[in-house]
Amino acid sequence: MALLELRDVSRAFGGLQVVNGLDLEVGEGEVVSVIGPNGAGKTTVFNLITGIFRPDSGEIVFEGNTVSGLAPHTITTRGIARTFQTLRLFLNMTVLENVMVATYGHTRASIVESMLQLPRSRREDKEVRKLAEEKLAFFGQRLMGYRWDQPAYSLSYANRRRLEIARAMATGARLLLLDEPAAGMNPVETHEMTELIGKLRDDGGYTILVIEHDMHVVEGISDRVVALDYGVKIAEGSFDEVATNPRVEEAYLGLRKAQTK
Amino acid sequence: MVGPNLQGGVPPGPGVVDQPRVGVDEWVANVDERREAQRGLTGLVRRGWERVPPAGRLVLLLGPFAVFPFVTNEGNLFRYGLITVIYALLAIGLNVVVGFAGLLDLGYVAFFGFGAYLYGIMASGHSGHHLQVEIAIPIAVVVTALVGLLLGLTSWRLLGDYLAIVTLFFLQAFVIFVNNANGGPSDFAYPFVGRVDLTGGANGLDQIDPLNFFGYHITTTKGYYFYTLISLALLMTMLYFVNKSRTGRAWRALREDPLAAEVMSMPVNRLKLLAFMFGAATAGFTGTIFGAVQSGAFPGDYDVGLLITIYAIVILGGLGSIGGVVIGALVVNGAPELLRSSSNARFLFYGVILLALLVAIRPWYRLVVVLLGTVAFGAIVHAVVVAAWPRGTAGHVQGGGAFGRALDHWVLIPTHVDRIAGWAYFVLILAALVLTLVRGWWRTIALIPTLYLASFVWENKLIEQVSGATRLILLGALLVVIMNVRPAGIFGTSRVEIV
Repeated sequence: MALLELRDVSRAFGGLQVVNGLDLEVGEGEVVSVIGPNGAGKTTVFNLITGIFRPDSGEIVFEGNTVSGLAPHTITTRGIARTFQTLRLFLNMTVLENVMVATYGHTRASIVESMLQLPRSRREDKEVRKLAEEKLAFFGQRLMGYRWDQPAYSLSYANRRRLEIARAMATGARLLLLDEPAAGMNPVETHEMTELIGKLRDDGGYTILVIEHDMHVVEGISDRVVALDYGVKIAEGSFDEVATNPRVEEAYLGLRKAQTK
Repeated sequence: MVGPNLQGGVPPGPGVVDQPRVGVDEWVANVDERREAQRGLTGLVRRGWERVPPAGRLVLLLGPFAVFPFVTNEGNLFRYGLITVIYALLAIGLNVVVGFAGLLDLGYVAFFGFGAYLYGIMASGHSGHHLQVEIAIPIAVVVTALVGLLLGLTSWRLLGDYLAIVTLFFLQAFVIFVNNANGGPSDFAYPFVGRVDLTGGANGLDQIDPLNFFGYHITTTKGYYFYTLISLALLMTMLYFVNKSRTGRAWRALREDPLAAEVMSMPVNRLKLLAFMFGAATAGFTGTIFGAVQSGAFPGDYDVGLLITIYAIVILGGLGSIGGVVIGALVVNGAPELLRSSSNARFLFYGVILLALLVAIRPWYRLVVVLLGTVAFGAIVHAVVVAAWPRGTAGHVQGGGAFGRALDHWVLIPTHVDRIAGWAYFVLILAALVLTLVRGWWRTIALIPTLYLASFVWENKLIEQVSGATRLILLGALLVVIMNVRPAGIFGTSRVEIV
């Protein structure tokens, strides 16, 4: 059974149909890439899945339960976490806090318990710290020890991207939605990101849905590729199948170029 | 930058690049430390402060407050001590709303008033009820928190400016309500009880019962002072724990980026309401103290003026800093009180100028030129005037001890000064404007006579009015200087906006 399923999902902004009757399945343990030219509706799909927008019609099913219409924080607690195309870290909080804060949905201590440092609050704080350290350790040397007390703004761009992934992992999600994880990175960092996504699936056990423009990355990570244009799925399959699909070429290069090729 | 492998299609693996490089990773990560290392004295003080364990910091901050009642008299304890601590308590509640959760709540003071009136209605000669304090205070706190919840619910979706408008309206509505709810003929008839005098209207709600815990009466200022101080210490401790906990982290995340917080599993709206309620409850609790201290609640005490004062305290101390509010309250409440005496005011006047010069003038030799130049300029002017027009130096500096006597030989104090001082004031303002127009060495040179003129105006005109407007001008100048030295507040950590 698919972990995540979008059934005939549509969403319009005013007269603009951004996502139109989209069907999408992501199986357990799969890495699925969503590609498409700018404005194809990729990020909107992410916003629909995470509950930032509600679909006008259709249904989004996660682990067999409908999640469309739930509040974003509920959806995240159910097990879907995302990163943002334009980084949205809590810049003035420390690196460790950025990760710790994402466990909110799975901790229970009330404000009174925290105020009085009752046992549950203290126990949870310890657990959360340990969990956050584990998640950060997943990134090896890159996010290690000595910089965990620093505010997140002191991190380099690539490390901010890594931190966002660590934060998404800390929500306890099984499905990670990565919105252009390699955007703005240099070739070395891009390469590392490719390896990291593989490691997230193999060692971390995550299912991953990723939006990416860098075709090297897409080729390197994807079990399956889905191509969108004008909110409609125009191709789906292995990287090679999609990359050679004439409709995909047309979407990326324009009609005439695709024909003359 | 990365090496020859770039052209080869697949870039090299991570093993190759683990050394620090300019612009990435370690180098960027250490920016703060390098900047910190250069900062000299402030850096030193800050590093020292950060080494003190949290409990030690609390003692350092509040210890002097605990000693204060034993070295001062009743009146001073009330003006400097009790009011400062009450302000600090209020500011801590506001700090949760504004500093942690980032909600611009301009109705905050209404909750303060609400607590005072509520306690007054439950326990005062005015209302005729005399409920036990042990019951009345919890009720007042809980009800105020619920009102905070209600106000929060109405502004469920509002943030920033819009929230500010709604809450400011709430404050105004509160003030108007308490001004009018005196059971007069035009007043509202409440369900069940009919037309009753709730608040005493513009005359206030008087004869509020003093605090009385299980037979222990608090009757003296000292008693109230320690009660408030202990409350403040407890609240600061609890807030310190909250700040480090799940809820505190979530509040700060909400301040940083509400959307990201929501998507990272935090129920943003519920957290906003919680912050609102926490702030309201703190203000309500402080209100019960204030009502009992004054043995009355008066509409004029809970207006926009107090709101601005509390905001100034929070911002001065550093948004989101728990210890900062104590220092903020001390400066904002203490400074104007100290300024009532003219020799204190004189020290502050010259101190502020000196501090401003220290901050504003770089490099150091310009500062030396300005300071020495001003002293020399004054001495020369004084000498010339002594020779040419003896009446120009016939007056004397009022008080000030050795410093005052030294000033006597430097600044001109004519005997009949009114008209000259008026003109000098006018010219001083012009000179200050001119200063903003010139640059470089011209400014340095123009500063010298301007500074001399400023001290002339101060000694001849402003110092006489020190209990009035001058006091507030000075306080304003002090705040401007402090905020320039530490833009994020005294205890605040500098924030960056999203880039």
